[in-house]
Order: sequence, then structure tokens, then C-alpha cells
Amino acid sequence: MSNLTDITPLRWLMRNPIWGFVLLVFIFFSLMSEHFFDYRNFQNILVQTSTIGLIALGMTLVMINGNIDLSVGATLALAAAFAVDVQSWAMFATWGNWQILPAVSLALLVGILMGAINGFIVWKTGVDAFIVTLGAMLGIRGLVFVYTGESSFYAMNFAYSDFSALSVGPFPVLALIFLACTLIVHLVLSRTVHGRNTYAVGGNREAAVNAGIRVGPHMMVNFMIIGFLAALSGVLLSTQMGAATPNLGRDYELWVITAVVLGGTKLTGGKGDIIGTLGGVLAIGILRNGMNLMQVPAFYVYVILGSILIAVLFLDKRFNRTANGGLRL
Amino acid sequence: MSDQQEPALRLKGIVKTFPGVRALDGVDFEVMPGEVHALLGENGAGKSTLMKVLAGMHQPDEGQIIIAGKPVRMTTPIEAKAQGVVLIHQELSLVPEMSAAENIYLGELPLKRFGRVDWTTLFERSNAILKRLNCNFRGEVTVANLSIANQQMVEIARALTVDARVVVFDEPTASLTDAEKVVLFEIINDLKARGVGIVYISHRMDEIFTLSDRITVLRDGAYRGTLTTADTDEDEVTRLMIGRSLDLSRDTAEHSLGEVVLEVRDLSCAPLFKKISFSVRAGEVVGFYGLVGAGRTEIAETLFGLRSPDSGEILVDGSPVQINAPADAIKLGISLVPENRKEQGLVLSMNCRDNMTLPQVQNLTTGPFVSSGAEIAIFDKYRDKLEIKTPSWRQTTRVLSGGNQQKIVIGKWLSMHPRVLIVDEPTRGIDVGSKSEIHMLLRALAAQGYAVIVISSEMPEVLRVSDRIVAMYSGQIMREFTAEQVTEDSLVQAISGIRTSEVA
Repeated sequence: MSNLTDITPLRWLMRNPIWGFVLLVFIFFSLMSEHFFDYRNFQNILVQTSTIGLIALGMTLVMINGNIDLSVGATLALAAAFAVDVQSWAMFATWGNWQILPAVSLALLVGILMGAINGFIVWKTGVDAFIVTLGAMLGIRGLVFVYTGESSFYAMNFAYSDFSALSVGPFPVLALIFLACTLIVHLVLSRTVHGRNTYAVGGNREAAVNAGIRVGPHMMVNFMIIGFLAALSGVLLSTQMGAATPNLGRDYELWVITAVVLGGTKLTGGKGDIIGTLGGVLAIGILRNGMNLMQVPAFYVYVILGSILIAVLFLDKRFNRTANGGLRL
Repeated sequence: MSDQQEPALRLKGIVKTFPGVRALDGVDFEVMPGEVHALLGENGAGKSTLMKVLAGMHQPDEGQIIIAGKPVRMTTPIEAKAQGVVLIHQELSLVPEMSAAENIYLGELPLKRFGRVDWTTLFERSNAILKRLNCNFRGEVTVANLSIANQQMVEIARALTVDARVVVFDEPTASLTDAEKVVLFEIINDLKARGVGIVYISHRMDEIFTLSDRITVLRDGAYRGTLTTADTDEDEVTRLMIGRSLDLSRDTAEHSLGEVVLEVRDLSCAPLFKKISFSVRAGEVVGFYGLVGAGRTEIAETLFGLRSPDSGEILVDGSPVQINAPADAIKLGISLVPENRKEQGLVLSMNCRDNMTLPQVQNLTTGPFVSSGAEIAIFDKYRDKLEIKTPSWRQTTRVLSGGNQQKIVIGKWLSMHPRVLIVDEPTRGIDVGSKSEIHMLLRALAAQGYAVIVISSEMPEVLRVSDRIVAMYSGQIMREFTAEQVTEDSLVQAISGIRTSEVA
């Protein structure tokens, strides 16, 4: 939500410190690594980012609502398992490449269903979303192991695993899907009634109830959206790997939450936007990619990302502190 | 109060700026020992900031704080307390999951060796304090289980843990019932008798004139003057505060009343209220007066679909209706401006326009998107109609003054074209100037044909706006008055549960 009329570029950056940071690491790696500033590398970054990015879009909605969804990594794994396995069911044996259609549809439906269950429990029981989805995270991961029998599924249809290598002109398909979803979710959040209600419910749930908004069903819809996006992310990830492993998507919920929080969404709800989330996702993507190119060991990436998370939020607090909110601790 | 004495506390030329705001601009203020000094000013005049400076929560940019003749510098509330300055907050700042005793001694629990809490001493001392306050609960109870009024008492008890030189009461009566107020005033007089200087901040003129010895007025962060209470009157104080006189007379212009819009028959919801029957006509203001907890708010919530009644009927335009959710009530043309505008009425993080159009935004779409133009049109209309002062619709509602926030909430419901408008405590925490504006607005709305229900705990307010007054006591309607019959005495008796013979 914008709240001032004069938005200069500098002021915009102060409100979205993450984009300043994205710019900074972009320049840094362009200077430090000869492989970084390259068109194909940018494609790479976008493709690598799309997995976490898709889920982060949904997480932004859920977190602005004042909820959280920890079960996304497990949902991703379950959807990927369905997408890869269903293709090889005997009933679709004669379908040729069309066997991918029921497999992917079923995977996406499973994602929506998992989200619906989370949302329904949160709505009807009033138990905190953190607890509900923590349970779902364990439970769904358990289902994945039951379903896969602790082993990986491999995609037999090469059309499936070739999908991730497709490009439309210069743009990889995976990146395009991610960018299209980003645009859609951005429009939903900033321009539609559902988006407006998302802010209202997260900003003040009681006032939202008083305004006649049906808060429970509203939250359930957002959980279904994130379930769908997590499943989509799982499908796309399995096309990249040509397989679905039972441990797919482990810790993804933490990466996603990191990206969303970096993007300026408040854990308490009511505040945040997709532009910020895109910045957060890109920041993580560029850092991982750049440090990889510079051959920094993966563990340092964690240390650096952790420090950056805290630093960015500190800057946000500094810049956006209000006149009367500056209570010293 | 004697003029020869050293002031217990003296503030000289205090300046405090926040980014973009000069919150305090050279404020002078002093309290003598044994004096009640009222501090007045509209919301945003700088009272709370001044008190935070005094309590060590903010550092002044310029100026001096002098306690008992010595200039001091305080950087934390504990330091301020050690100097004998205690602040009793307007908004309760208690830890709800801890016991009353722990809250009273929060930050300075009596300790035994190795940093262990000395529970025996803690409970002994806090129970002694609570007894002095005539509280009917003990230090062992968890604060979350206490009523709001009793929580306020815990807050006050905190002031008594040290030998206070100066105690600051910041709107202490906002959530107290009349009976509890009496106890509070006794405490204040007791402190006063023991030579403590009292700073009393309140919007309620009647309290200020009963309690205080002197009155200091702030406006826009600047010192406007100090008056001796005995030599002044409300009008002079108000003029100092808002720069003009207030018209406090009742709007007697009669307008014709229409049909009965809303009727309630034998509505019960145990244990909150029982056998409630009343009706409201178009163009009429019905005031609901009673003590906090008399069930008035709960009736409003039931009419708005937030509670389900056990039995009874609600009739709109003569036909019985079912109201199961706010959405049903809104459809029937019933709107509720809730008691706490910040907690229940507004989404503070959203801008003015979005707040105002929240209940109807689903009807303001072009294609899949919300139509910004239609929303701004609605906002502009009600901003002009209600004279809401805000630089732009983009302003977040958090930074508006209480009066303007309340107008946004009222505007929100007027834009839904309701037939019945229920306003619960419309002027709580709102300064005098805006208060009378809201009162006139409510009268004007009735004149336009709305049926208005006003719930209030302030007698002057009820007397001023209502055509009829319903007096409630402990979930029951005791009596109904017309504006002509009502007297303050009979009203007080009715809400205290005294059934007089039906002679007014």
C-alpha cells in the first residue's frame, strides 16, 4: 500500500531496500566474476529462482493475511511424485505424450487440496496457522514417503524432462511461467477485491469481520493459491530433474519465508507486496548464483544470506520508523 | 498549595522533535507538592510526548527537567521512578500472563540471593498496596483474568511502590465505571494529602474541574497558558485549547419522525442481557446509557450479527428478520460503528480510501479489478460531507487524529446507505472540539432520516444527542425517558439499578 504522494526513485528505494540490495549484488558480481554478466547466466538465474519464487508469491498472500504456510516443501514433493508417477500408470499407457496432462493436472489438484485442508483447519478450528501447517509439513512429508516407498520416481516420457529445456525465443519457458505468475499474483493483490481483502484481514481481522468480509473462506482461498503454486513449483522442478525424490523441497519453506521477509512483508500481516517479494527472491537467486560462479563454498552462502536477512530488516526499520513508534528497547 | 514551596517537578523550555514533526516546542510546566495539576490539549497537542519525556522514555532535545530543585537527566522509566516520577499509562501496559503482584513490581522484583525472586515479600507488599486501593482481588491473580477496571487498578498500584514525588495519570478514567472513578478520586486525594504532586491528563472537563487545582493547556506542541481552576470556567479552557468557543447547547431543531425502522422484542442472550424490547424510528436518535458492562455493546453486536441471541425477535420495517453475520445486517441496512475504532473499526495500516470502501469494495469493480475512480468518488463525497481532514486519500489512517479516524469509520457506514446507524461510544478518546462536531453530525444524520442508536457512558453526550434515552442496568432496560422528561438524577438512579416509582 502506498501512503505518500511524491514517490521519487530514492524514496522508493528507501521503502524497498531489497531492490537497492539486488542492484548492489548485481553490480558486485558483474565486476567480480567474468561469467556473471552474461545473457545465458541471467536465464539460469531466472530458472533457478522460479522454484522458490513461485511459492514465495503464494507465501506473500498468506503472510499478508497474517498466516504462514510451512507445509509448502512437502506439498511440492507430493505434487512432484504424482506428476512423475501418474504418467506411467497403465491406464494412460496408450496416451503417448498426452499422458502428461492427467499427471500434471492431478499433481496441481493435490496441491490445491493440501492448501484447502490447511485453510479449512485454520478457518474452522482457529488454531494458529503456524501450528496447523507445521503439522501438515510433517504429515504430508510422511505421505510422500508412504507413496514413493522411500525411493525416487523417474520420468519415462522424455517429452516431460525435455520441457524444462524449452525456450520461447530467448526466454526459457520456466522463467516465463514464473514471470507470468508473478504478474498475475501482483495484479490480484494490488488491483482486485480479493487482494484488498487480503490486506484488510491481515491488518485488522476484527475490522474485516465488521466490514462483512468472510474471513475464514477468504483465508482458505489464499491457502489454496499457495498450495497450487507449491504444486506447480514441484512439477516444474521434477521436469528439470526428470525425477521426483522423496526429499524434494526440504527446507524450501525456510528459503521462501526468507525471500518474502526480505521483500518487506511483515510477519504480523497487513503489509507487503509482490514487487518486494520478487526483489527478495532475486536477491537470493543472484547471491547463490554469483557465489557459485566465484566458487564460494555453499556453507558460506548460508552465513552470508543469514546476515543479509537481518541487515536488510534492520535498514527497513531505520528508514521506515515513524515519529511516535520509536520506542527504545 | 502554597506559593513559597519548591515545585515537586518543573519542566523548563522542553523541545522535542521527531523526524518531520516538532512535537514539543518550548513547553513549561510545574507541579507543586500536594497539587493536582491538570494537563489539557487536543489529541496531538503533545501531552503524551511531554509525559514520555518526563518518564524517561524520550530524551528532550532542549530544556531542563528539575525535580525538587535539582536538574536531572532520566534515560529509562526505572530511573524516572527512582527520582519519584511515576507514569500511569493510558493504554494498559501490563503483562497479561503474569500475576498482579509481579506486574506491580515489574522491573524491580524484590530479590533474594542468587537473583531468586523473593515471593513472600513480593506478595506481602503488593497485597498491602492493593488493600490501600480498596481492591477486592489479591496479588496472586493473573492479570488476564481481571476486568479492565481492575487492570487499571494494578497499573495505579505500580505508582505506589515507591515514595512518589509526582504521579502522572494519563486518562485514567477512560475504562472505569462511575463507582470505580470514585475510588480513583479518593486515591488521588489521598496522594495529594500526603504531598505528592499529581499531573492529571483527561479529556473530561467535569473530572478536571472537580479534581484539579490548576490547569495547563497545550496546543500544537506549544504552551498556551496556566489557569487556576477556581477562577476559570469550561469556556475559557476550551477557548485556550481549540482557539474558539464551543457551542454546547442541544440542537433543539425538531424534525418530523418517520416510521419505526427497527424494533426489538424480548431479545435475550444469557448472561449478557435479557428481555430487551425497544424501537427506533426514522429520524430519531435513541441513546443507550448505562455503566460499562450493562450489556449495551452486546445488544449492538447482536443486532449486527456478531452474536446470536437465545430468544426474541428483531423486526426491520415491521417484518421479522434473521441476522446471522455482519453481511446479513449490512444487507438489511444496519451498520455498526464499533466501540474501539482502532481495534474494531479501522485497518490502521490501510489508507483512508481503502478503509472507507472496505464493506462495499466488491461492488466497485470494473472487470476483474477494483475501480479506483469509483472509490475515490465515494471517499471525496464523504470527506466533504463529514469534513474529514486528511491531506489525501493515500494517507494511512494510523496517523490521523481520533476525531478524523472516527469520521472515516462513520463515513464507511454512511456510504453503505444504511437505515439504522448504531454508534458505540462515538467520542471515546476524542478531544472536545471534535467531540461536539461528532455530536452535531449525529443530530444532522437523524435529521436526514437515519435511525440512529447512540451507546455512550458519558451522560452529557447522551443528554445532548438523544431524542429518547434507554437506561440499562446489568443486562436489563430499567427505564425509557424522552428528552423532555429526563433529569440527571433519575438517569443516574436508573442505571444504578434503583427502581423509582414511575414519577419522573
